[in-house]
Amino acid sequence: MAVLVFLDHESGIIRQASRSAVTAARALGEVHALVTGDASVAEAAARIDGVAKVLRAAGAAAAHELAEPLAAVIADLAPAYSHIVAASGASGKNVLPRAAALLDVQPIPDVVSIVDADTFVRPIYAGSALATVKSSDAKKVLTVRASSFDPAPAEGGAAPIEQVTVPEGPALSEFVSIALSQSERPELESARVIVSGGRGMQNEENFKLLNPLADRLGAAIGASRAAVDAGFVPNDYQVGQTGKIVAPELYIAVGISGAIQHLAGMKDSKIIVAINKDPEAPIFQVADYGLVGDLFDILPQVEAALDKAG
Amino acid sequence: MKVLVPVKRVIDFNIKPRVKADGTGVETAGVKMSMNPFDEIAVEEAVRLKEKGIATEVVAVSVGVQQAQDTLRTAMAMGADRAILVLTDVAVEPLGVAKILKALVAKESPDLVLLGKQAIDDDMNATGQMLAGLLGWAQGTFASKIEIADGKATVTREIDGGLETLTLALPAIVTADLRLNEPRYASLPNIMKARKKPLETIAPADLGVDVTPRLTIVSVAEPPARQQGIKVESAADLVARLRNEAKVI
Repeated sequence: MAVLVFLDHESGIIRQASRSAVTAARALGEVHALVTGDASVAEAAARIDGVAKVLRAAGAAAAHELAEPLAAVIADLAPAYSHIVAASGASGKNVLPRAAALLDVQPIPDVVSIVDADTFVRPIYAGSALATVKSSDAKKVLTVRASSFDPAPAEGGAAPIEQVTVPEGPALSEFVSIALSQSERPELESARVIVSGGRGMQNEENFKLLNPLADRLGAAIGASRAAVDAGFVPNDYQVGQTGKIVAPELYIAVGISGAIQHLAGMKDSKIIVAINKDPEAPIFQVADYGLVGDLFDILPQVEAALDKAG
Repeated sequence: MKVLVPVKRVIDFNIKPRVKADGTGVETAGVKMSMNPFDEIAVEEAVRLKEKGIATEVVAVSVGVQQAQDTLRTAMAMGADRAILVLTDVAVEPLGVAKILKALVAKESPDLVLLGKQAIDDDMNATGQMLAGLLGWAQGTFASKIEIADGKATVTREIDGGLETLTLALPAIVTADLRLNEPRYASLPNIMKARKKPLETIAPADLGVDVTPRLTIVSVAEPPARQQGIKVESAADLVARLRNEAKVI
């Protein structure tokens, strides 16, 4: 049986995390991709390497990836599939559990490793433990951690596109508006380098001191929950258990103490740098390179050292 | 308007969980337990709706062991009017919890079910969405703002790229994200008062719900530890090491 992968998109661009879901799904069978939105989204899905067929749920009911119509579409398509997969982003986590309920299936979220068709590894307790679980459901519904699977190449496929009907139902929820953070920087989940700030940045104005370093390294900017809660940056900057889970080549934590829920979101990064004035801060326990001192002194020194090194 | 608020008893968020030596799970014996932080936010929001005169009654529900009574008392000390404990020693999965809640919704007829977006033990992030699916109700997940007016809920949601606003036809399911509110501490007089509030205990079988788990835990293990790193002396040293040793810049 084939595997159905729901690919979410933002402003018409399929998220890189969804291409990681394609990679995970290929381990389970032939991949059919479900998309919403304009024809261009379906065309982009058709070009992803490893996608054998694209199903496009078009029309107003499926726009904005609303959970109610989308879960109904997935439940309608489900009989032809052994597994239903999505990336563990806000959209997949919104839609897939609802679809699972319609199918009387217990979903398996945040899969980091596929053992076999029924058995999966997922973190629990904010990544303090890894649980291997075996599902007895006839069909499996899973979301996968993008940081654990390489994204499938965006080009290389030429899959046929079919339209699917969105079942008629009462309009339960209605889209009002969306406010996306504007940024020229790479997305957090796909950035090679991330510079993240915490409570130690002190305020919104100071948080901007991370910009020159991020510019210099072509990095995305992230934040700890404390920095988001304090209003230094918007919610979508948050890295951690309940924010984004990232695993870049280089993660630079500036003024972040390293609460367990933050570590849960970044401890799989290849190289971790911590800059903090408290030598006892837990962030140093996961850091490959720690620099103890006042971040307001150190940031300009790092930039100067980078300039000098060329 | 009646609001139902499901709450879960979990290992206190300040405690670092320890994996059991036999790899069957996480040690909970003798460990401090508290209300799941996201559920506290849901309780707070429900109580605020009542204080604003929008909600008329707030009913807290928990599915779990006898000690989950304490969690329900906490919810009542925060301002919930009464509580229902669905008593079971089985670790009920989100699908089972959603089925139990569906049966309670049929009994209680709430206009709104407010839940935490996820429990910090199994990190499933599923119960609210599954309940919405089983009931065929609208869902507003990961809410950072809720407004109720004219028979509708307007919910601002935390999504990957920013914020999204939806209107939901009531009755509806809303799951609380971190920034919805800051939960209050229960005052001593309110804790005393909560002891006298009604707490009903029922069994899943009374509701005709089968909560047999669908997932078997094969093993629970510690994640691989990171190798202890080093402290560098200067920014120049850091940049040199990132360049020459780690080769990441």
